[in-house]
Amino acid sequence: MKYIGEHLLPGDLGRFFLMLSLASSLVATIAFAIANKKNDPAEKQSWLRMARFSFLLETVAVLSIFMVLYYIISHHLFEYKYAWQHSDKSLQVEYLFSCFWEGQEGSFMLWAFWHCVLGWILIWKSKQWEAGVMTVVSFAQFCLATMILGIYFFGERVGSSPFVLLRNEMDAPIFSRPEYLSLVKDGNGLNTLLQNYWMVIHPPILFLGFASTIVPFAFAYAGLVNKNHDWIKVSIPWGVFSVAILGTGIMMGAMWAYESLSFGGYWAWDPVENASLVPWLIMVAGLHTNLIYKSTGYSLRSTYFFYAASFILVLYSTFLTRSGVLGDTSVHAFTDLGMNVQLYLFLTVFIWFPTLFAAREARTKWAIIAAFIVCNVLSVYIPVFTLVSTLGSFLWLSVLLNKHVPAIAKEENTYSREFWMFIGSLVIFLSAVVITLITSLPVFNKLFADWSFFKKAFSQPEDAEFTHNQIQVFVAIILGILTAVTQYFKYKDTPKNYFSKKILVPTLVSLAITLLITFIGHISYDKKGPGFLVAIHLAIFSAVYSIVANAGYIWLGLKGKLKAAGASVAHIGFGMVLLGILISSGNKTILSWNKTGITVLERTQKENPAENTTLFRGIATDMGNYMVTYVGDTMNERDRKRYFEIDFKPKDGSKGFKVYPDVIKNNKGGEGFAANPDSKHYWGKDIFVYITSFKEDDKMDTSSFRPQEIKRGDTVFYSNGFMVLDAVSKINPEEKKDKFTEGEQAIFLEMSITSKEGRRYKSMPGIAIKDSTIRAIPDTVLAQNLVLKFNKVLDQKMGKLELGIKESKSLTKLLTLKVLQFPMIKFLWFGVVVMVIGCVMSIVQRVKQKTKA
Amino acid sequence: MKKMHIVMLVFIAAAIAGLLIYMGDVTTYETIASARQKKGKAVMVIAKLDKATLNYDALKNPNYLTFEATDTLGDRMKVAYYYEKPYDMEKSERIVLKGKMENGVFEIKKKDGILVKCPSKYKDDMNAAKKNLETASN
Repeated sequence: MKYIGEHLLPGDLGRFFLMLSLASSLVATIAFAIANKKNDPAEKQSWLRMARFSFLLETVAVLSIFMVLYYIISHHLFEYKYAWQHSDKSLQVEYLFSCFWEGQEGSFMLWAFWHCVLGWILIWKSKQWEAGVMTVVSFAQFCLATMILGIYFFGERVGSSPFVLLRNEMDAPIFSRPEYLSLVKDGNGLNTLLQNYWMVIHPPILFLGFASTIVPFAFAYAGLVNKNHDWIKVSIPWGVFSVAILGTGIMMGAMWAYESLSFGGYWAWDPVENASLVPWLIMVAGLHTNLIYKSTGYSLRSTYFFYAASFILVLYSTFLTRSGVLGDTSVHAFTDLGMNVQLYLFLTVFIWFPTLFAAREARTKWAIIAAFIVCNVLSVYIPVFTLVSTLGSFLWLSVLLNKHVPAIAKEENTYSREFWMFIGSLVIFLSAVVITLITSLPVFNKLFADWSFFKKAFSQPEDAEFTHNQIQVFVAIILGILTAVTQYFKYKDTPKNYFSKKILVPTLVSLAITLLITFIGHISYDKKGPGFLVAIHLAIFSAVYSIVANAGYIWLGLKGKLKAAGASVAHIGFGMVLLGILISSGNKTILSWNKTGITVLERTQKENPAENTTLFRGIATDMGNYMVTYVGDTMNERDRKRYFEIDFKPKDGSKGFKVYPDVIKNNKGGEGFAANPDSKHYWGKDIFVYITSFKEDDKMDTSSFRPQEIKRGDTVFYSNGFMVLDAVSKINPEEKKDKFTEGEQAIFLEMSITSKEGRRYKSMPGIAIKDSTIRAIPDTVLAQNLVLKFNKVLDQKMGKLELGIKESKSLTKLLTLKVLQFPMIKFLWFGVVVMVIGCVMSIVQRVKQKTKA
Repeated sequence: MKKMHIVMLVFIAAAIAGLLIYMGDVTTYETIASARQKKGKAVMVIAKLDKATLNYDALKNPNYLTFEATDTLGDRMKVAYYYEKPYDMEKSERIVLKGKMENGVFEIKKKDGILVKCPSKYKDDMNAAKKNLETASN
């Protein structure tokens, strides 16, 4: 059939570049590997030329794929599934890029793009290591290319291409019509959670971080195949770079979670968060052992191991987030694309990769290849063998490293910097192992599904966050103290009185500051018992210690030489992050505690959280130190968001502020709304507001007034409570003078209304008489959807009156919201910035040193 | 034995202790029937929401949501949740519930106790999407 209106050229181009990328990265891998083996300079150069040319082709291909896909998305070519699925016509330009990373294919492309960028820096800078290092980068590019290939081999689809056509992917009757495209008027739209500015910049930075972990891995590979451990001197800036960028990427994700996900925080120990934290931790450990080796010759083996593990864990995180394994435990994992086998292969190949190249003898190499094949074939039938394969490979790698990589036999001196740095790395490593094992529970459930012990699949604890916190707080304590004291040790040996003299002042200052925080700071994390509170205070001390001691070291140790202070600055940042985390989560308060106390709610207030409060338009509600009013809302057509104006007035009479949280209608697949919080930033705290539900107000009012006879003191019921006529006002009361005009005679009924939740309201419906015409002055009780009208006097002597009661569903404008206050969260973000500055300083310094030398 | 080895052993022991603490707190996946037998113990239940029973009125109590859920074995239970209604809950294919069975009601007292497995989240809902296309063709 000939379809009308399709643009097939971009897809054909895209597919061509996919193939080109696959082929050129494979050629580059082989050529770089051969160039690495050649000793003859001329031959080496000719292979290198060929390899570089292939990598150039690969780069061109990757960039072209990017551009073609951008063309498809920005021109709304909905015949392509990717555009149809992830974008629509109303999307603002700035979010077009977010469409890339909403889908798995686009995020693989992003990753491949960064590998290209890093690859060219490596080709430019790494000299003798180029061939070895680029072998790994090109091979990773090849693997990534297979992920977005989308071609069938023997009936199995390899990869998922971003260039597939909608009509080929979906089975719907409209595709039998040649003009189907004219019926597909708009795309599905971008997930509302991703329509956030953090989502434009967080994924690129995070993927640069992921991509950067390959560089130390690749250096480790080059060191192993070339039996030359000198790479470790050039790898330090790369390690620092990776730590800085991956750290920034992770924290930007935290920022996004804080600002848009409405989890009520920046970190929830979600498996996806953990999966990106772990490689960072291992990279930090590797960087420190790398530094130890460079200065002392210790810790070479662990450096190899950590650098290898960091990249492997990035791949593991890729597997976890993309395979759908986390479906039941994580809020934001991708769902299964049917590529699990391929993702697993990507992972397992790189798990065995360093092991294979750590082996020296051909016999061992063959044994490793055999073990790799046997384990993975068996794992098709018995899933547990995937675990055997992984652990087996790591164990074998350790054995081979022990055998072939030299180490100093003499033990590290306790009074040396390397001793304590290594302990720090070890703690980080073990903490990463613990987090990995915990995060892998859903994987273990799958692997051991047939074992009786695992008959019941395990899942996270009820309070997963706390369970993590109570373990990791001790890691924080140890690391804080280690970062504080370690720099005061010298490498190899430190004179005892030097150390104790220098460390004394920072220790005392930190103790004093901690005591101040303890007694003045109101750290009120007492929900979890005194034990945890003590741990929190210890951790606060260690964080303060880390800040003070490292700041002090710049003067005491380095004599103010700021250029050399990169590490100290980064550690100050780390301490600030720790302190920010401890204080902000320890003191997070919910301002919107529901305080309307009567039966139903009393129970919830006592036993359960009651974090949301309902606001009625125009009615000020008591919330902690503020009176809060929902003023109104407006619809913004450009970004399709409804903005709510919420007014905060402090009770002490100081200047108030307004916040504008908004909701955005979900994309076409979904119903309902997603909320974007708004916050008011103060130096010491953030007030954070988001709409948890609201009632749309566009129904017609159809209910009518129900007449009701009433006397003074009578009680009348309505659907949600009762009302009492307290009194009839005197004629023309002063307080209601805006309700009647001159010449009118007005009287009002003084009603008090009690809802069954126990809220009380006053209402004064009235009547005005002028020249025998009677005008009713109804009064509304918004909060109760109630309109009261004074109809007429039935019997003046008996005091019988007629009241009109209307209960209308469409009266109220109301919303429920949650208001949180995070103290000192700025400190956390500022700490991240300081850490990155420290990293940049030390990169600059090391690169300069190298060029001088 | 080197000092470093002792330190390593101590830390590894601590890590194992940490893991044991964690394992002591883990919950298990249960069916509705088996959750009933484990009264008062936190468990996970994968269930399907009965949309007709969803009851949430922000006006009355913004922190109280009740509904009924069924599992694949056909059992049914009442669920109470003490937070706002999660977005998109009506459209969920399945929901993962973490809470305790108390007096015949599955009580969820943690904010993250409901995980809505929504087809729209990070993923194309091919069914809903198809529906869109079908309406487009009509």
